[in-house]
Amino acid sequence: MLAKRIIPCLDIANGRVVKGTNFIDLKDAGDPVSLAKIYNDEGADELVLLDITASNENRKTFIEVVRKVAKNIFIPFTVGGGISSIQDIRNVLLAGADKVSLNLAAVRNPGLITDAAKLFGSQCIVLAIDVKKNSKGWEVYTNGGKTATGLDAKLWAKEAVKLGAGEILLTSIDADGTKQGYDLQLTNNISKNVNVPVIASGGAGNIDDFIDVFQSGAADAALAASLFHFGKLKISELKKYMQIKKIAVRI
Amino acid sequence: MILIIDYGLGNLASVANALIKLEIPFKISSKIDDLRQATGLILPGVGAAAFGMKNLKERKLDTEIKAQVDLGKPLLGICLGMQLLFSSSEEDNVACLDIVKGNVKKFKTKLKVPQIGWNQVMVTNSQLLNKIKNESYFYFVHSYYCDPDDKKIAVGITSYDQNFCSVIEKNNVYGVQFHPEKSGEAGLQLIRNFWGLI
Repeated sequence: MLAKRIIPCLDIANGRVVKGTNFIDLKDAGDPVSLAKIYNDEGADELVLLDITASNENRKTFIEVVRKVAKNIFIPFTVGGGISSIQDIRNVLLAGADKVSLNLAAVRNPGLITDAAKLFGSQCIVLAIDVKKNSKGWEVYTNGGKTATGLDAKLWAKEAVKLGAGEILLTSIDADGTKQGYDLQLTNNISKNVNVPVIASGGAGNIDDFIDVFQSGAADAALAASLFHFGKLKISELKKYMQIKKIAVRI
Repeated sequence: MILIIDYGLGNLASVANALIKLEIPFKISSKIDDLRQATGLILPGVGAAAFGMKNLKERKLDTEIKAQVDLGKPLLGICLGMQLLFSSSEEDNVACLDIVKGNVKKFKTKLKVPQIGWNQVMVTNSQLLNKIKNESYFYFVHSYYCDPDDKKIAVGITSYDQNFCSVIEKNNVYGVQFHPEKSGEAGLQLIRNFWGLI
């Protein structure tokens, strides 16, 4: 059976993992390669590396991080943050990333999804959608939740898949940082309406949140950051628990 | 030395990174002479079958790969590289290398296509899968699967709504539908096994 995936996300600025980590057995908690290796050994199914500065000066440093991670871990990883052109996509793929995630650039220019899918294949084009619930329903936001786009999340997801997106990384801005659990309704709604995998993101606070997002949320994968970084939940423990709960999982 | 066949498709770097990690000597090239000098070949590939065949033919790699296989040189096809070993593919209805008799078919399922993610391989007696536990997980990304005429060469079977052949082994010809270079320790073991067969 196809396993449900657990995906830690590393936010990277100036070549270092930010948002802090407290792995006691890690000499350098800010080193992306060391952290990637730990997650790999603990059984992460995939990684996401986000360039949160996404400035031109930092781009080279970030690409170097991607290259080092690719040489050291042998599971798939997605790279996102500030990717806005075919050339940007080519650069991270050549550095060894398996997939790229597009967000703002795809909203501005949906044709980028199609161009990228044609050149590199849909399998490596992940569309990141940040969603807030408001009076209009589930609306797509950009710029870390600052800018409303007027796009409906479900329609945008369906449109993006038609254009060539191979996966949807769905973040609930409302749930993000609350540790109150993933937005199950949103995740379920999008997952049931597209024929590509949906990665749920935002809100994971405890081990049962993952079970809920796979069962009620119909997610194909679940992403989390601080819960793993702060050692509150070990991926190996989470996976054992998923197995007990009869969720297909790679152990 | 292993030759990773460069035919302008896919991410050769990840296969190369795995070989570096395993300290296996290799070269990436599309030159006929390099194919002849290598002791084993890897045909990687991500993308569409027609484009893959076109690129192989333009570089005259199609006939040379077949010639090297006939001489007994071990060949491992990965993902699209496995599919191209077959007689033909439903993807673009293209004739492939015909090193292995059979066809490549599109998934007909209500499940999501492409299949993306980790799935299990039921292992039968196989040299390529030596020391790999039955039902180990590997990383798959594909919409099409291989259906060999001779079912005995299907040494690994995976279930995605239906059972399909995920690993083939026929004399010196090997193929895997998943990406061993992205499948953690099980994948690295498989590449190690292939090196051991060279």
